[in-house]
Amino acid sequence: MESIIHFENVHFTYPGEDHEILHGIDLDIQPGTFTAILGHNGSGKSTLAKHMNAILVPTEGKVEVCGMETTKEELLLGIRATVGMVFQNPDNQIVANVVEDDVAFAPENLGVPPEEIRERVDAALKQVGMYGFRMHAPHLLSGGQKQRVAIAGVIAMQPQCIVLDEPTAMLDPSGRREVVETITALCREKGITVVLITHHMDECVDADRLIVMSKGTIVADGAPKDVFQRSELLQKEGLAAPASTTLLQSLKAAGMEVPTDILNIDACADAIASAISR
Amino acid sequence: MLKDITLGQFFPGDSITHRLDARCKLIIVVLYIAALFTANGYVSYALVIAVTALMIAVSHIPLKSLVRGLKPVMVIIIITAILNLFFTTGTPLVKLGPVTLTKEGLVRAVFMVLRIMLLIMGTFLLTYTTSPMALTDGMERLFNPLKKIKVPVHEMSMMMSMALRFIPTLIEETDKIMSAQKARGADFETGNIFQRAKALLPLLVPLFVSAFRRADELATAMESRCYHGGEGRTRMKQLTWAGRDTVALLLFFAFLAAVIALRHFGL
Repeated sequence: MESIIHFENVHFTYPGEDHEILHGIDLDIQPGTFTAILGHNGSGKSTLAKHMNAILVPTEGKVEVCGMETTKEELLLGIRATVGMVFQNPDNQIVANVVEDDVAFAPENLGVPPEEIRERVDAALKQVGMYGFRMHAPHLLSGGQKQRVAIAGVIAMQPQCIVLDEPTAMLDPSGRREVVETITALCREKGITVVLITHHMDECVDADRLIVMSKGTIVADGAPKDVFQRSELLQKEGLAAPASTTLLQSLKAAGMEVPTDILNIDACADAIASAISR
Repeated sequence: MLKDITLGQFFPGDSITHRLDARCKLIIVVLYIAALFTANGYVSYALVIAVTALMIAVSHIPLKSLVRGLKPVMVIIIITAILNLFFTTGTPLVKLGPVTLTKEGLVRAVFMVLRIMLLIMGTFLLTYTTSPMALTDGMERLFNPLKKIKVPVHEMSMMMSMALRFIPTLIEETDKIMSAQKARGADFETGNIFQRAKALLPLLVPLFVSAFRRADELATAMESRCYHGGEGRTRMKQLTWAGRDTVALLLFFAFLAAVIALRHFGL
């Protein structure tokens, strides 16, 4: 299958600095998948994300979005309409004083006819469950709600792929859950490719693919349940595996017959129960 | 103190005033201000006050919210009143030491105070009843001909709408920084005016730094959503000029004409 985002030996250094942030990344994101990119501060994960819609362009190597090379100025709008981006701070990406006007911003920029914008805005707000708040002022919403509005603002652009750069970093646990549920549904129901950048392990559980970054390189890449098995690697990166994996691993180490590749809490409970009754 | 800033606030509603086209309301405000500064007699002031009262009644905006908008300019109003009261020459009424209160001064002070208050209430009525998006869109459309002589009309209206959008966010932020500085022993409330101004410095520096960071992030977010200037941009909410807009506009032209006529007769 043709990949939607294609990285080829990407190196990146911020202009005027010596320190290289990305050291030759090769990466392909498949359409319709949910990819999580995990890493600590300074691992280069946000820099990587900013390459996906041409906010940054590689100093060496190339990035292609649906075959469009990000260094080409004339393709910029096409690239950004294909890959939408949601940022960390919800306050700094909402441009209007009324929720629905903000969601309309991207299609307005693309010159979509007014009636169609209206349809897109309503659909996008319903998709993220914020339709009831369409006339509200954004600064009166909670963090999770603001971030859902920001996601709606990107959906209204009808992109094939959404990249979320630590969308939950500034949110409380309930806000985080709202956002993660919203983006999981987007991928599963609408078939939109999702790339989630995060440093919370538990947000990666539902992903199809988990990539761990460290010091500008990819150190692990695979299905979440497989990546979480590599406990030495995770420990070295200072990342804690989800509670279920940790529990099962320590049970197994203590001599209990349990599988260690279960991420779902209910499935984990069932596995332990059946091991006990055995 | 920060809670009193009502600039750019919008009260959604469904009154006639709310439904008028933003362009129409902008022109009306200009006509209203012109009338306000033309009025210079009892009759013309009475007319202006009557029209303002009518505007408020029609808009369904509670008088309380309009009066609240006056609070931040109270100092200016008081100073204007005092200056006009004591520094106008004319028939003396009362002598208070070196200063004299004159009849003309009293009249002028009342007129000036009324003028400032009406000015603020009239213009606030515009922002209270018009969504910022419609307001900036209306401005962009009104000033559209200026694009021919290379005035960046779209950019200016976009800047204005961003500024309005960020007023509440920055107020919230200022409150937060103030609390943080207070927790570390900063004192914003005591001392003379110079000491207080100096105390604001540790407030302004972080505020500016964060505002610039915000601006940077906002620009990136806007670009990510395909913003590329005004060219080829459409609007979800189209401004539509209806019959009621023409009627309202004609009424205000008549109002201005009446005030000019009254001035001519010295009323």
